[in-house]
Amino acid sequence: MQNDLIIAGFGGQGVLLIGKMLAYAGMADGKEVSWLPSYGPEMRGGTCNCTVVIADRPVGSPVVERPRVAMVMNLPSLEKYEGMVKPGGLLLVNTSLISRDVQRSDLRVVKVPANEIANRLGNPRAANMVALGAYLGATRAVSLAAVEGLVRETFAGKAKVIDSNLAALQEGYALGEREAADGKAVSQEVGA
Amino acid sequence: MAKKLMKGCEAIGEAAIKAGCKLFFGYPITPQNEIPEYMAHRLPQVGGTFVQAESEVAASNMIYGAAGSGERVFTSSSSPGISLMQEGISYIAGSELPVVIVNIMRAGPGLGGILPSQSDYFQATKGGGHGDYRLLVLAPWSVQEAADLMQDAFDLADYYRNPVMVLGDGLIGQMMEPVEFKAERTPCKPLPPKAWVATGCSGDRPTNIINSLFLDPEVLERHNQKLKAKYDLMVRDEVRCASYGTDRPYEVLVVAYGTVARVCSTALDDLREDGVGAALFRPITLFPFPYAELRAAAENARAVLVVELSTGQMIEDVRLALEGSRPIHFLGRQGGMLISPEAVSERVSAISAGLPEEVRHG
Repeated sequence: MQNDLIIAGFGGQGVLLIGKMLAYAGMADGKEVSWLPSYGPEMRGGTCNCTVVIADRPVGSPVVERPRVAMVMNLPSLEKYEGMVKPGGLLLVNTSLISRDVQRSDLRVVKVPANEIANRLGNPRAANMVALGAYLGATRAVSLAAVEGLVRETFAGKAKVIDSNLAALQEGYALGEREAADGKAVSQEVGA
Repeated sequence: MAKKLMKGCEAIGEAAIKAGCKLFFGYPITPQNEIPEYMAHRLPQVGGTFVQAESEVAASNMIYGAAGSGERVFTSSSSPGISLMQEGISYIAGSELPVVIVNIMRAGPGLGGILPSQSDYFQATKGGGHGDYRLLVLAPWSVQEAADLMQDAFDLADYYRNPVMVLGDGLIGQMMEPVEFKAERTPCKPLPPKAWVATGCSGDRPTNIINSLFLDPEVLERHNQKLKAKYDLMVRDEVRCASYGTDRPYEVLVVAYGTVARVCSTALDDLREDGVGAALFRPITLFPFPYAELRAAAENARAVLVVELSTGQMIEDVRLALEGSRPIHFLGRQGGMLISPEAVSERVSAISAGLPEEVRHG
């Protein structure tokens, strides 16, 4: 069983960080993991992405051209990755920054107004945590508890930041779970 | 020790520390900057010294000098930087000094780009610098293996008194994977005390001279033959390779090294599900190259596919290994573009369905 996903967005949205947290959490859950960042000649505000693989046996290719899941945090990322997700795969869309609909009809789509939720919770920088929560709620790829532990570790000593990030994570998780229960999202077994 | 999630570059740095390396000299270049960064942070903690050299040429001469003291020393760079180091590497090989050189390859030629590539195979295995010398070249396919091989590299360098290269690509350097370091590690070779070091002797033993200049041709020829005997020992004793899926029948044998072999392993899993029999042969030492092992593995296959992030370099060693006994196909990407499992599957399926050989010999 393998979970793989590409997380993409603007530099500064924290897509590399949530990818790393997933890999750490997967490792804490006893899984095999790999995290591969894009490291091209990017500029601040440019696009960036990472590929995370979480598997029950040693990870083969850390390079994934047809991911089972894509999490897109901005429009250029939707444009780039919508066509690459495996048929039957899952697309998490940050609807706060992406106004157009997903064109493919063979994907499960979870719409996450990540920035709106983060703003409402009083920490605009936690939009990535909302999206990460939604991914976990929809797929249960790693345990929420493992990621919560990492949030506490990452922001150790900053109680307010921990609280708002945990709230963002949990709200995203509930949203992802709800969408999955509605049958719009998908369980772990996506694609071939 | 517990598993830790590390970038390949950091794991390489920590492996050097674990192997007792006390000295690092280098010059920054993407995609390996995390190695000098890590060493700059870690070496002072273990009583070592980190120096950012003024250039790669200087760094290669600094490791040359430092190795003469007998301390474990390494440098790292990426393709254009490794080219600049070739003079020093040739002198180090000629002077029979143990150093470890890490090349996290990026696409060339020239300044090229900063994305992953395997286009320095020729440079690493067939010379690079001038003169009759060889590097022992180790090619890891995972972050864990990079950490393991890096530690072995110091032992092999000391044992043979020869530069050893750890050859990875940008993927190995940049990706994060779990790594475990053994609490107690036994060197992979028996290591006698270094009686040849130039650390001063106050007249209580004959002076040790470390040198690569031999103006008398008879003396130099004897030196060349001594080096050759050493490389022959490496060929006899140090070949390392691995295979994947060779325990079941296969029609096509895929040959790849480093992270590209990882990509191929996923393709083979997918192909099995589709009922196509294919296996993977992976050289771990690129010099010495596992000629006999590859030839044996290919005997069970109808055709061979070489996959590289280059226009085809290792394929020349594959040809030498197979001596025309099997048709050879090639799949390569260049410029920093990656090969996907799907691309490998597609090509293997086509070969399995009877695609004619497309690689010209000679």
